[in-house]
Amino acid sequence: MSLTVLATGPLTTVQDLGRPGQAALGIGRSGVCDRASAALANRLLGNRTDAAVLEVTFGGLAVRAEADLLVVTAGARCPGAPHAAPTVLRRGQELRLGPPVAGLRTYLAVRGGIAVPPVLGSRATDVLAGLGPAVVAVGDVLPVGEPVDPAPGVDLAPVPEPAAGELTVTVLPGPRADWFGEAVWAALIGQAWAVTSESNRVGLRLDGTPLDRLRSGELPSEGMVRGALQVPPSGLPVLFLADHPVTGGYPVIGYVTDADVDRCAQLRPGQTLRLRPAR
Amino acid sequence: MRLLPSGSAALLVELDGLDDVLALYAALSADPPPGVVDVVPAARTVLLMTDPAVTTLTAVADAVRATTPRPDAQAVGDTVELPVHYDGADLSEAAELLGLTPAGLVERHTGAEWTVAFCGFAPGFGYLTEPGGQWDVPRRATPRTKVPPGSVALAGEFSGVYPRESPGGWQLIGRTDVAVFDLGREPAALLRPGTRVRFVAAPR
Repeated sequence: MSLTVLATGPLTTVQDLGRPGQAALGIGRSGVCDRASAALANRLLGNRTDAAVLEVTFGGLAVRAEADLLVVTAGARCPGAPHAAPTVLRRGQELRLGPPVAGLRTYLAVRGGIAVPPVLGSRATDVLAGLGPAVVAVGDVLPVGEPVDPAPGVDLAPVPEPAAGELTVTVLPGPRADWFGEAVWAALIGQAWAVTSESNRVGLRLDGTPLDRLRSGELPSEGMVRGALQVPPSGLPVLFLADHPVTGGYPVIGYVTDADVDRCAQLRPGQTLRLRPAR
Repeated sequence: MRLLPSGSAALLVELDGLDDVLALYAALSADPPPGVVDVVPAARTVLLMTDPAVTTLTAVADAVRATTPRPDAQAVGDTVELPVHYDGADLSEAAELLGLTPAGLVERHTGAEWTVAFCGFAPGFGYLTEPGGQWDVPRRATPRTKVPPGSVALAGEFSGVYPRESPGGWQLIGRTDVAVFDLGREPAALLRPGTRVRFVAAPR
């Protein structure tokens, strides 16, 4: 069983839940950017949560089924996609995803999972570290695994669409909030940050009024996780997503809560992000 | 020990120095608290990444406070020997910064026993320290856009080996033919926190 790739759109990668447990070796977790959406897609097909899926960035993926396959999409809804509604793709039939209506990342799951060979225990493509399967390319034939569990027989899962326009998420003070002070924290939470086109799987690069440090000097590199709002010398924060570096040397002023990082991963360039402190 | 917040799923432990980091990392990695999926040592900190479905940050904080550091358990496995061609582009400059001749730098670099304090920057990149070694080399003012794989380099108190071609600001003193990160080998990463390393001058 396999899928043949006919078009990829701007970026399509194979992803799963990544490589936890190896960060001390400099190997980041990587994996799907929007974990909740990918988990939903797998659940609708009866896949295990760690089954690999295709992460499609801004639509444009086209595939042909080389066997009868049960497929579904979740995340950003694309025209032409079996969105949150498991559908059989017959052998020889093509699936073409248009540009998403809202959101950025669409997860295409196949019953049995995408079965490319794992690298260091995972099928995730880490674009920063250059680890894992190559970025999906036209002509690729992606093997599909054998299902392990029964399919749940769900026809349609009602799920909210990703936010269009402005998204508000919860932020917690980070380990180096004291490098900035209260006035800068107020500036962090008081403005609408624009998501720039330099954003990628590593992080969202935000634009707005720069945040000034109280303290100069270098921070010895320290470990960080997704959701970190790291402030480089430009004062413009980067919100780290799945392929963030394992350690970083710029202070982290705050953290978006883990569950909200999934929603941030659906932001497109030009959308705005507001950070609301946890109560 | 200071416990610093790092979002809803991680905790950053700040310590006084690298020795304390290594001792706490040794204890936590040997016996991780339940629900801790990654323990990441760095220069002054240890980060604990958790699975929020399994544990809470309060429980992890309590477990960290109750952990006895293991300063005795820092060395891991056999000493790795890395043959180095000491012909790096910055060898003379780095030697000058240390008040040494190039030959004197090579002698000091090969004479020491180095330990991987922590990893980061790229898969398999280890930050090697040599306690009492008087290494203090500033990074290059302008980082190189391409550092060749296998480059042996110095920066601050650390020495390191670039696992693959990448940008980098460290002073290049030589190169090794040993792949420090090789997906075809088990384990892929030769250098892990606690590994001891000895550099030897490769025959010309």
